[in-house]
Amino acid sequence: MIQCKTSKEISGMGHSMKRKEDARFIQGKGHYVDDIKLDGMLYMDIVRSPYAYAKIKNINIEKAMKVPGVVAVVTGKDLEKYNLHWMPTLMSDTQMVLPTDTVMYQAQEVAAVIATSRYAAADGVEAVEVDYDVMKPVVDPFKALDPKAPVLRTDKPGKKDNHIWHWEVGDKKKTEEVFKKADVVVKEKMYIPRIHVASIETCGCVADYDKVNNHLTMYMTTQAPHAIRTVIALVAGHVGLTEEKIRVISPDIGGGFGGKVPVYPGYVIAIAVSFLVGKPVKWIEDRSENLQADSFARDYHMEVEMAGTKDGKILATRFKVVADHGYADAQAAPSKFPTGLFSIATGSYDYDTTYMEADAIYTNKPPGGVAYRCSFRVTEAVHAIERITDRYALEVKMDPAELRMKNFIKKEQFPWKSPAGWTYDSGDYHQALKKAMDVVGYEALRKEQAEKRKKGELMGIGISSFTEIVGAGPSRDFDILGIKMFDSAEIRVHPTGKAIARFGTKSQGQGHETTYAQIIAEELGIPAENIQVEEGDTDTAPYGLGTYASRSTPTAGAAAAIAARKLRDKARKIAAYLLEVSEEDLEWEPGVFFVKGVPEKKKTIQEIVFAAYTNHPQGMEAGFEATHYYDPPNLTFPFGSYICVVDIDKETYEIKVRRFVAIDDCGNIINPMIVQGQVHGGLTQGIAPAMYEEFIYDEDGNILNGTFMDYLVPTAVESPSWETGHTITPSPHHPIGAKGVGESPTVGAPPAIANAIVDALAPLGITHLDIPITPYKIWKALKEKGKI
Amino acid sequence: MIPAPFDYSTPATLKEALTLLQQLGDDAKILAGGHSLIPMMKLRLASPAHLIDINKIPGLSYIKEEGGYLKIGAMTREVDLEESEIIRKKFPIFIDASKLIADPQVRNLGTVGGNIAHGDAANDQPAIMLALRAEVVITSLEGERVVPIDEFFFGFYTTAVQQGEILTEIRIPTPSKGTGSAYHKMERKAGDYAIAGAAVQVSLDGKGTCTQIGIGLTNVNATPMRAFRSEEALKGKKLSADLIEQAAQLAAEDCNPSDDLRGSADYKRTIVKALTKRMIHKAAERAVNS
Repeated sequence: MIQCKTSKEISGMGHSMKRKEDARFIQGKGHYVDDIKLDGMLYMDIVRSPYAYAKIKNINIEKAMKVPGVVAVVTGKDLEKYNLHWMPTLMSDTQMVLPTDTVMYQAQEVAAVIATSRYAAADGVEAVEVDYDVMKPVVDPFKALDPKAPVLRTDKPGKKDNHIWHWEVGDKKKTEEVFKKADVVVKEKMYIPRIHVASIETCGCVADYDKVNNHLTMYMTTQAPHAIRTVIALVAGHVGLTEEKIRVISPDIGGGFGGKVPVYPGYVIAIAVSFLVGKPVKWIEDRSENLQADSFARDYHMEVEMAGTKDGKILATRFKVVADHGYADAQAAPSKFPTGLFSIATGSYDYDTTYMEADAIYTNKPPGGVAYRCSFRVTEAVHAIERITDRYALEVKMDPAELRMKNFIKKEQFPWKSPAGWTYDSGDYHQALKKAMDVVGYEALRKEQAEKRKKGELMGIGISSFTEIVGAGPSRDFDILGIKMFDSAEIRVHPTGKAIARFGTKSQGQGHETTYAQIIAEELGIPAENIQVEEGDTDTAPYGLGTYASRSTPTAGAAAAIAARKLRDKARKIAAYLLEVSEEDLEWEPGVFFVKGVPEKKKTIQEIVFAAYTNHPQGMEAGFEATHYYDPPNLTFPFGSYICVVDIDKETYEIKVRRFVAIDDCGNIINPMIVQGQVHGGLTQGIAPAMYEEFIYDEDGNILNGTFMDYLVPTAVESPSWETGHTITPSPHHPIGAKGVGESPTVGAPPAIANAIVDALAPLGITHLDIPITPYKIWKALKEKGKI
Repeated sequence: MIPAPFDYSTPATLKEALTLLQQLGDDAKILAGGHSLIPMMKLRLASPAHLIDINKIPGLSYIKEEGGYLKIGAMTREVDLEESEIIRKKFPIFIDASKLIADPQVRNLGTVGGNIAHGDAANDQPAIMLALRAEVVITSLEGERVVPIDEFFFGFYTTAVQQGEILTEIRIPTPSKGTGSAYHKMERKAGDYAIAGAAVQVSLDGKGTCTQIGIGLTNVNATPMRAFRSEEALKGKKLSADLIEQAAQLAAEDCNPSDDLRGSADYKRTIVKALTKRMIHKAAERAVNS
């Protein structure tokens, strides 16, 4: 049971308060970008390339301009006049807004049609005639490194290959030595497929440039409105759009998952057109455009090795990654971390030797990738370590649970310094796995499995004991385009004791309007119901880096607590003045200051706030407001243990997830109901790449499954009945001991499922299968092994 | 995802619709439930100049038993089958299928007639109709003609429905006592087209001998396919596990699946065998319990 310090009326931390935002969402009263309609608004639609790699010989807009309602067709040559045809990516690479001569991936933007209606714009797109000179694309990142491969980024002076960057961490020499001497070495090649966030709401914007006042209001689907405002100012400052003239508004968002962090060409074209014609321009992607052109996630080719003793003690790990970035490194990751936080890949285990390296490659695919519900490549890292750990257990014929228990970092070893350089804040890995094993009934399941194996039936049990790394991040290391990754909260309490709180983050479904209110309620004793939370408007909210990478609770949540504490300090001064005692004589319980030993001598927070406006002490600043910019001292390290049980049909190879137990530890819990909801959603997005989702390209760079017909997003039907639970190990450095939970399930679930399936097939000689693992893939693998 | 411009009419009678169809010729398409046609139009894979919406025509939606047949009006929605007492009692195969056809929204609008008239081997109803030995009623200004289901599917998206004609009814012979039917398809996820599917209707006499059998296969051939050799292997024989296994093997050998994202042809044959076997067993079990 979670202990609550506040009453249900106040609903501070630990209460399963119903989500305040749901009143509008469940009534269909949310307000999304596509709900915005402005006078004189024009509509934009985009002509996209059917080819992965081609020279543009000519673009003929004549027929398109004759389509009734079409007012303009914009090409790269038009943007070139304003030097707006290229833009920077968040990783200091460059990508095209619209091409002037070459297209680099299928579905790339080629021209934009502006019309008086959405329908006319679509007809205009059909009428634009583009002449292409098709070239043989580079699709495979390994072939891209061949010296004979064409150099894709000829726009970069002196560029002679398709290599983007090399990264490494750890001790190469020591790792080699340990591997040489080790009794047991296991190695697997693992591919984490290119996938897509596929949020229900696609991306879009309404760019509204006011010529008279030289002011741009940009309504857009962004997870980071402040950062976007700065980026727009950096890109468009030279045409007079400086930062004070730009207001970015991110209204309700229908799912982001990292896909709404980057700046896509469509946004920039809409701004450019609005700027040139002086009218609002709306651009809303359709589903196919969203899937085929917007930033992908993952796409990591990994070689993973583990060295250990015969009796199951891990000694070292080694990771070699080839990262396919498409034609531009358009990741949304902190500047100094080209592989994101992949170096968490040493996992939950106590050993001191590792070496990791990665090379990023250009190919003729859409640029990326985004951190899909994953704080920067943690999904890839966790899959690598949790899969290879099972592989090692198989090799030394040890139960994978026992092997994990033997190697876990012990709770008394925290704070623990990982061989890749991180300081894990806190953890109790043994407890989490033990709890998961108890809930699932591990011993009985292993017995059942042994019986079934005798009969030739295929049943598997898979474990994933992951360590996450979230809450980017401390300013000494973390920035995006130079802006430090702090986040902010501003609290204003009105004279009647009700409050508005504003943040630099932006909820996309996480429930910030509720959880931030609960944090403030916990600290100030004002009922969460009476605290209005606002995000997403750069004119009103304090500056912040936005919501992704499970960073909102670790950063803005901390800022809320500290801003509220500043106010509580002020409240204490006012209470002392009102009660005519010294501050030291006062005691606090949620919502009330009272005189020690005389509980009837008290002032409620509402009385104190009223006094701050009506009867404040002389010399004290009036009002009751506070702001805090929180720069975290460290990241937070949520963790958990998941156990998955699968049954595989011997004739059709269909995979049935019979049980899935998820024990999460995200430190102190703000709202258990919301955490459970996050875990359910995250687990479903975990079975997605494990069993269903993957982009498939043919050798000509055509995407073969660019619609929901073939890009298989799991639904409620595919979701097993999740069994969730938690342990609580507070973060020692976070003001409210919270760690963040949004991504843990997405990160932790895929290896649990993959391990379970491989475990089921192990008697048939299978040691590894790449995700997504489908019935067809199992059939193929068994066929190759001669088992069918 | 926006279709090319098109004209649209909503005739109030079948005659009006047929007249329009004759006038407009190849440029017109009939709009029934729209769940095959509209997605194709939105992707601009189909751009008919004219849509003739037959949803406003009364009398095309019914499920009734008459003259030794179950008669299903062409505009009967998939959901109507799900909710029909007659279907629930006598044709469990439709209940099996309706759980697997797309999703509830689609089944609320998608029609049985449209599902067949689209001529797509990936749809579920064609294989079922093959197993049930249905007949298709096709209407033109000249009158009605009845086409046995075996002569209905010509090729990819082409059927016996000619220019100026509308599919108006499906007739299924009332099964004899001791008949059972079953359908299953394997899909990659809910709402997907089949990797493969098998529809079986079997009639057993008192001694367990198979007197009648129909087996239809989904999405493993250019057209919806009847597994003739499998039927022959079972007809007149007392069903046994071995015999059913052999019949299923014949279905796997006779189908002509193609390699695609759902799997290789070989893999699909494996699935055809497994599903055919299971559906024969299930239909036989239902026949015994009927």
